[in-house]
Amino acid sequence: MAPDAGPAVASAALPATRPAPWRTAGWLTLPLVVLAAILALLILGRPLERLTEGAPPVEQVTVERTRLDPGLITLSVRADGSQPVRIAQVQVDGAYRSFTIDPPGPVDRLGTARITIPYPWVDGEAHQIVLVTSTGVTFEHAIEVARATPRWDVPTLWLLATVGLLLGVAPVATGLLAYPGLAALSAAGLRFVLAVTVGLLGYLFLDTLGEGLEQAGGTLDRLRAQAAVWVTMLISAGALTMIGRRGGRAPEGAALAAFIALGIGLHNLGEGLAVGAAIAAGEAALATFLVIGFTIHNVSEGFGIAAPLVGRRPRPLTFVGLAALAGLPAVPGVWIGAQAVSPFWVAICLGIGAGAILQVILEVLALIARRDGPSALTAPSSLGGIGAGLAVMYLTALFV
Amino acid sequence: MLTVPKRRLLLSAGAAAGAVAAPAGAGFAIRSAIGANHAAPASGHGGPHGVSGMAGDNIVVGVVDHARNGFDPHAILTDWDVGTVVTDPDGTRVREWVVTAVDTEVEIAPEVMFPAWTFDGRIPGPTLRCTEGEKLRIIFQNGSAHPHTMHFHGIHSWRMDGVPYAGLAQPGERFVYEFEAKPFGCHLYHCHALPLKRHIHKGMYGAFIVDPDPARHPEARGAAESRLLGSARNAAWQEIMLCMNGFDTNFDEENEVYAVNTVAFAYQQRPIRVERQRRLRIYLINITEFDPINSFHLHGNFFDYYDHGTTLTPTLRTVDTIMQCQGQRGILEIDWSEHEPGIYMFHAHQSEFAELGWMSHFEVV
Ligand SMILES: [Cu+2]
Repeated sequence: MAPDAGPAVASAALPATRPAPWRTAGWLTLPLVVLAAILALLILGRPLERLTEGAPPVEQVTVERTRLDPGLITLSVRADGSQPVRIAQVQVDGAYRSFTIDPPGPVDRLGTARITIPYPWVDGEAHQIVLVTSTGVTFEHAIEVARATPRWDVPTLWLLATVGLLLGVAPVATGLLAYPGLAALSAAGLRFVLAVTVGLLGYLFLDTLGEGLEQAGGTLDRLRAQAAVWVTMLISAGALTMIGRRGGRAPEGAALAAFIALGIGLHNLGEGLAVGAAIAAGEAALATFLVIGFTIHNVSEGFGIAAPLVGRRPRPLTFVGLAALAGLPAVPGVWIGAQAVSPFWVAICLGIGAGAILQVILEVLALIARRDGPSALTAPSSLGGIGAGLAVMYLTALFV
Repeated sequence: MLTVPKRRLLLSAGAAAGAVAAPAGAGFAIRSAIGANHAAPASGHGGPHGVSGMAGDNIVVGVVDHARNGFDPHAILTDWDVGTVVTDPDGTRVREWVVTAVDTEVEIAPEVMFPAWTFDGRIPGPTLRCTEGEKLRIIFQNGSAHPHTMHFHGIHSWRMDGVPYAGLAQPGERFVYEFEAKPFGCHLYHCHALPLKRHIHKGMYGAFIVDPDPARHPEARGAAESRLLGSARNAAWQEIMLCMNGFDTNFDEENEVYAVNTVAFAYQQRPIRVERQRRLRIYLINITEFDPINSFHLHGNFFDYYDHGTTLTPTLRTVDTIMQCQGQRGILEIDWSEHEPGIYMFHAHQSEFAELGWMSHFEVV
């Protein structure tokens, strides 16, 4: 190609100027227009009619919440399927029972309704509920141990709050007491402590994510709750990283400690939910074990929060704030858990918590790399610390 | 969580139900206690109905649309179908019915629809009633999308047995069953196509009652006459047919709904009216699938029982509970003359069946 031919060819192939903005917008809207046309064809033209005609309608019903008041069972149900689902009759313990459904009539796809059943349920015993739809399909729901759902009155809230404080704030504060000891450590010792923190957080990340996915498994398929957990986890990790670095610098010191406390706080919200749900499910004996276990488990979290503060001379009030941030979410966790909220929203909460933990794992790793160079991440003290952190969390989790 | 496809909505295969039923009118004055103004809201979710005050909260919510079903369990109690008597070219007198198999949806409890296979669009099918010794002809037309038979419990040739190798009618075809009415008693007919369990629990059964011919029973002429439909002695009785059945709505081989004459709690919501001065005779049939036995228990009174109805003296005297295995049946005779008027329960003494729909009331007046 002749040297002078190049520009000429190029100018012939490409417009000399950028296309007009309306033209760009036009091209970008074209896929939307085509999509609309395809949808219109599917909905109006009904090309799949021969396939779906006479196909058996699909019905799904899940019970998302159960409330037990004296002489009364209340279920919150969510429906899905190829058409609205009509709950025609209700059996309790193998007998048809009177009930009301609100709103009346069929439950729309992904819609919810509340079913109220007057029933002399027996404290401490199991009850079996069967919802019979208008097509004769049945959906079973077991109340494994019937206990009155805690009421939103002040004494109950206080009692549950105490559980939350024992579970969240007390152990984290206890762990923070190790700060003077950490502050006396050498540089290598501190790196080890930071690595232990990564291990602790790594365990919490897996635990929170796993719990979120498990909760998601109990929801209607079409809500795609497991995908939602992964997505919220990644989005919250990204968003918190962005917020943490909005000044152009990675968070360190008190700021990093605060982010760790936030991530741990969201994790403790999840632990509060578990304990609250155990109380609501009548597993009070289990709830005691859960509180003891989580308390032991959560002391380690205090170390993790204290580690980035070494050499920073934090004020005492900072410790109070960090303990509150990491521990207090357990209180609303217990409250909400005792009311048995929709597993979908619990799963989303746990997804956010997992994302928050992922963010601080990355930031603590970044801190180690900045302090001691990237090779420090693979040094024996780092890997050993991470392993020790994971092991401590696993072993203390056995108490739960 | 469960994901369950709804069963196919079965399309009626065209043939109209042969409405040959010509109920014999005289002498069966059992009326419902609560009249037409009973009607509760059709979409009636919320709140008990009928006499549920007596039933507590063990009820179904709402009321069944009997008009949409095309049959009313209160009418089925007494709608004896005596068919028509024809004279063949050779001079033989034959009692004849036309029965048509129809696929249809039946509301078996308020708003619970069951994709049924039926005789004449109803469950139980028409109550065929005749007299011992008559020549019978049942013209069975299959308007269903599946092959069916009518298998009669009675004495007849293997050719007329209504089983897969004798008397099976393919969709759109017909089969004519001919036999003599014997022995007298309370019998039944049901489809015997395969798979048998499915063909029965889908709703293909009905009562087949053979009244004794008094002339053949000089030793017990009075008892025989009292059973003979249309006789003066029979008019002194109130007679009803109760068919104990069940419905497996989710096809898990267990019944979700139990009933007498198909509609759960029908006679709890609206009791059966009984007059004290006339004795009550019940033709009781058990065609419940899946559960080996069903039972009948009466409150506040005892009765005499004739197993299979093939004797003129009771096979059990002074009992208040009898049980029947699948396909078993019998006749109950109950005297209310000494009783205080009021509501008297009757139900399966399997509490499970009772609480799932087989719970009923007599209103004794
Ligand atoms: Cu059949």
